[in-house]
Amino acid sequence: MSEITTDQVAHLANLARIALTPEEIDKLTGELSVIIDSIAKVSQVATADVPATSHPIPLTNVFRPDVIGDTLSQEEALSGAPEHDGSRFKVSAILGEEQ
Amino acid sequence: MTDARSSRGPRHAAETTPDSRGATDRDLTGTADYGHQTGTVDLTRLSAASLSELLHAREISSVEVTRAHLDRIAAVDGDVHAFLHVSRDAIDTAEGVDVLRRSGDQLGPLAGIPIAIKDVLCTLDMPSTAGSRILEGWIPPYDATVVRKLREAFLIPLGKTNMDEFAMGSSTEHSAFGPTHNPWDLDRIPGGSGGGSAAAVAAFESPLALGSDTGGSIRQPAAVTGSVGVKPTYGGVSRYGAIALASSLDQVGPVARTVIDAALLHDVIGGHDPRDSTSLRDAWPSFAAAARAGQLKRNLNGVKVGVVKELDAPGFQAGVHQRFHETLDLLASNGAEIIEVSAPNFEYAVAAYYLILPAEASSNLAKFDSVRFGLRVNPVGGGTVEDVMSATREAGFGDEVKRRVILGTYALSAGYYDAYYGSAQKVRTLIQRDFAAAFEQVDILVSPAAPTTAFKIGEKVNDPLAMYLNDVTTIPANLAGIPGMGLPMGLAPEDGLPTGLQIMAPARADARLYEHGAAIEALLEDSWGRTLISQAPELKVSK
Amino acid sequence: MAQPAELMDFDKAIELFEPVLGFEVHVELNTKTKMFSDAPNFFGGEPNTNVTPVDLGLPGSLPVVNEQAIKYSISLGLALGCEIRPSSRFARKNYFYPDLAKNYQISQYDEPIAFDGSVEVELADGRLFQIPIERAHMEEDAGKLTHVGGATGRIQGAEYSLVDYNRAGVPLVEIVTNIIYGAERDAPELAKAYVSTIRDIVRSLGISDAKMERGNLRCDANISLSPRGSGKLGTRTETKNVNSLRSVERAIRYEIQRQAAILAAGGTIIQETRHWHEDTGVTSAGRPKSDADDYRYFPEPDLLPVAPSLELIEELRAALPEAPAIRRRRLKEAWGFTDLEFQDVANSGLLVEIEETAAAGASAAQARKWWTGEIARLANAASVDASSLVSPADVAELIGLIESGELTDRLARQVLEGVVAGEGSPSAVVQSRGLAVVSDDGALIAAIDDALAAQPDVLDKIRDGKVQAAGAVIGAVMKAMKGTADAARVRELVLERAQQ
Repeated sequence: MSEITTDQVAHLANLARIALTPEEIDKLTGELSVIIDSIAKVSQVATADVPATSHPIPLTNVFRPDVIGDTLSQEEALSGAPEHDGSRFKVSAILGEEQ
Repeated sequence: MTDARSSRGPRHAAETTPDSRGATDRDLTGTADYGHQTGTVDLTRLSAASLSELLHAREISSVEVTRAHLDRIAAVDGDVHAFLHVSRDAIDTAEGVDVLRRSGDQLGPLAGIPIAIKDVLCTLDMPSTAGSRILEGWIPPYDATVVRKLREAFLIPLGKTNMDEFAMGSSTEHSAFGPTHNPWDLDRIPGGSGGGSAAAVAAFESPLALGSDTGGSIRQPAAVTGSVGVKPTYGGVSRYGAIALASSLDQVGPVARTVIDAALLHDVIGGHDPRDSTSLRDAWPSFAAAARAGQLKRNLNGVKVGVVKELDAPGFQAGVHQRFHETLDLLASNGAEIIEVSAPNFEYAVAAYYLILPAEASSNLAKFDSVRFGLRVNPVGGGTVEDVMSATREAGFGDEVKRRVILGTYALSAGYYDAYYGSAQKVRTLIQRDFAAAFEQVDILVSPAAPTTAFKIGEKVNDPLAMYLNDVTTIPANLAGIPGMGLPMGLAPEDGLPTGLQIMAPARADARLYEHGAAIEALLEDSWGRTLISQAPELKVSK
Repeated sequence: MAQPAELMDFDKAIELFEPVLGFEVHVELNTKTKMFSDAPNFFGGEPNTNVTPVDLGLPGSLPVVNEQAIKYSISLGLALGCEIRPSSRFARKNYFYPDLAKNYQISQYDEPIAFDGSVEVELADGRLFQIPIERAHMEEDAGKLTHVGGATGRIQGAEYSLVDYNRAGVPLVEIVTNIIYGAERDAPELAKAYVSTIRDIVRSLGISDAKMERGNLRCDANISLSPRGSGKLGTRTETKNVNSLRSVERAIRYEIQRQAAILAAGGTIIQETRHWHEDTGVTSAGRPKSDADDYRYFPEPDLLPVAPSLELIEELRAALPEAPAIRRRRLKEAWGFTDLEFQDVANSGLLVEIEETAAAGASAAQARKWWTGEIARLANAASVDASSLVSPADVAELIGLIESGELTDRLARQVLEGVVAGEGSPSAVVQSRGLAVVSDDGALIAAIDDALAAQPDVLDKIRDGKVQAAGAVIGAVMKAMKGTADAARVRELVLERAQQ
């Protein structure tokens, strides 16, 4: 079995900003242990001589010319906002500081 | 019943038998505008290719076609639940296209033909939720590139189709807005994540649909609903405006009832998009021409067809296994050389996929934070923005999304990256090598498109691992970026439900899929004496 | 509010500890569009107007790399003496923050575009110092938060915050140094000189406006203290929010004194971010750095590797401006300045202005005198950059007027005020303010000065009421001017002089 614990799941939930309930954490801990056991086998064949593939079709140097295009209007930009002050998105007080 | 191969000859489409249910029947006789004389036809039963001919000949109007499909949706979608949203503008749009056509404008082959759009794609005029509560009611301020291309080709968007939340699932049961039902058996799943799009075409609610395929979400639903779906070469169709699940795996593609229809739609949505860095600049051939050539040829003379040993597993449903081997025999007797190939690393494909996908998804789904769009849930007694984000994501995401986001967060965590995500990317390399070796021996690879027929709703929803194994045959193509097609392979003897064949071709050889796919489709239908979809039971029609 | 901490005397601190430095300087590139979208790279305007779906992180949107930003980054890497990586890639840095539209920042992680460089920095006394550059990588800026409610407008105590994403996606290059040893008591000055050098480099490349007060150039300073003889590195702090060259120097000095006091008292330094407060001149504790900072970097799947051709790299290398250190040496020689004079110029940050003024025809000595003298004084008084007050061309013209004798220095200062006030070019101000005649007075005054020098008691006599004593001076001036002077005007001037 994988070594994943409820504390670990709670930590991951915090990193992922999901306020899981204790019941969900318990359930997920069990499920993830099973899933991780079954997927951990990737490391069996992933030897050092095998390069990683991050893009299925290799391309390089895909660029855009430095030319200004269309922007959203302020109204469009704010159209989906749960809350705004007419020009800016509004959020509750921030606890942590910028990184 | 309508013959899906009607485009082989002129006017076959119009000579079909009237549909007995009548709800969406319309009498073309004496339609003054068009002077059509051939009797009553149910426009929802026609292929897009047939509709195209009739529209171009001005024997029918786009308004008539569109209305027939809207009526059909009204009649059956209460049971099927393929749609999350039905457009209010479809008739107006169709009218506009009719006006253009009457004024003599040269319109493309799919102009005036309705299409259903998977809800993962952004549409300016309709909500785009990706099946998630967190995006309920969100109307994007922009169109996905493929949606823009549909509009520019004058297709008629009918509405948005249901899907597993953020395309995470193989059954459409993980939609926040309730499951879609398989038109073949309403108690069963229509596959996923694009169960809505597959069910919409299988239930004759739309002749065409758009899907997205990250690990099989187009091909597996096609398999279990008796329809045709194609995952193009990665980069062949723009992802701009497709709400991302796993960026390096996602690909938008066509869903239809025939290979030619899928090809016609692929011709419209494909091609380079400067807004998607991973979009290929290739000059693509006409896929419709390739499909027509294959259908005309009706054989596989000299075609080397590879059977991937590892994708012909004994654990598959017996009827699937049986139909697959019958199909191989049919191909062999029609000129194909069947060659068994081995892809030893496919054994690791599902594992690699369930590391890469959750990892990328955990990052892609971070944007759903209640600040710029979508749901906001304030915790009881208020809280900081961090609390609001966490409460929103807890309330707005379903169980499967949470499961995969947590899994992906884990896979990317410090100390685990190399063992999990890093290793999975190496497996990806190995799988690409397996494909490369196989395609040195063969022209196309085939396998079942799904290991089973449609299972019962609720049967696997609480067993994530069992659910994940539904994509065992489709996942390798996503990992390697190659194109794959799912098409009907007959009904499983034990349950009478559709089975699907998967065809895969090397990257950029999508045309090969359409050519051989259309030939195989024609051979199978000749062997059955009719189309598979015509054997679907009638749906109860509510008025 | 941040309270001043207990500080150790700086000299004492340096006696007990060796300061170890490291810098992360963020440079905003002045491309026309953003790093990954075609929205205008401009964030002063109406909030949330210079945004596309990409900058707002809308579902479905995708980034596409700005080619100009790549070229600017390569140029900067080359100017920092870095290697350019044959293939570099973007990565996602994952963390949630409301100014980060996607809740990940597209940055570079294990494959930065430029690495292994070195920058020569010159201290005020002319000593040179090599700053080792670990890497320079590309990334995107975040949006701007405004904290509302609470007393200070700061994050602490705010009721809510407002987000403007106009700045989101602005291209940044982050320049990271290796650990810098050996700065010793020069650490504060070295920090300032380093940031100033980076500023000079990006300005000479023309790739950034490089205004610290506007955040175009931002410096995060890492400082730790190593007890003398211990051979051990201390725990470091990272000081942010350092928005001027002067602050860089002050903040480093402060942190050295603060950490030294804690360590000397047996305390431990907490590894944390600290915020510099310009107004009070102190740093305050911010977010603790810990293992919880798990950014889950992974290669950005929406973007492809950047693999600049050797041809492109060499083309950009050939187009590089002279390195600041080489340029300084060349100019010092050309201008004939003493070490002190040249340091004065270099420290003023007005090298470009003086060079351009000299190029417009003025003598370098005069250009130096005016820029570092009167113009700098006006700029200080107005708290603006000297370069924003007047153009090098105007200064050169002003100097020309002085050298041709049309203006005295005193009158030239009046003309300068007019130019700064927007009244036009120096000659236009001479005209409009009626200072043209003054040039005649200038000649008269010179002659009066000569005459007074010969008859030093005349002014005292006039002050004593013997106004007729002026006659002797008037006569001498008339003689010197060969009768072309206006005797009445000379008399007025002499009497004025007596009243001064």
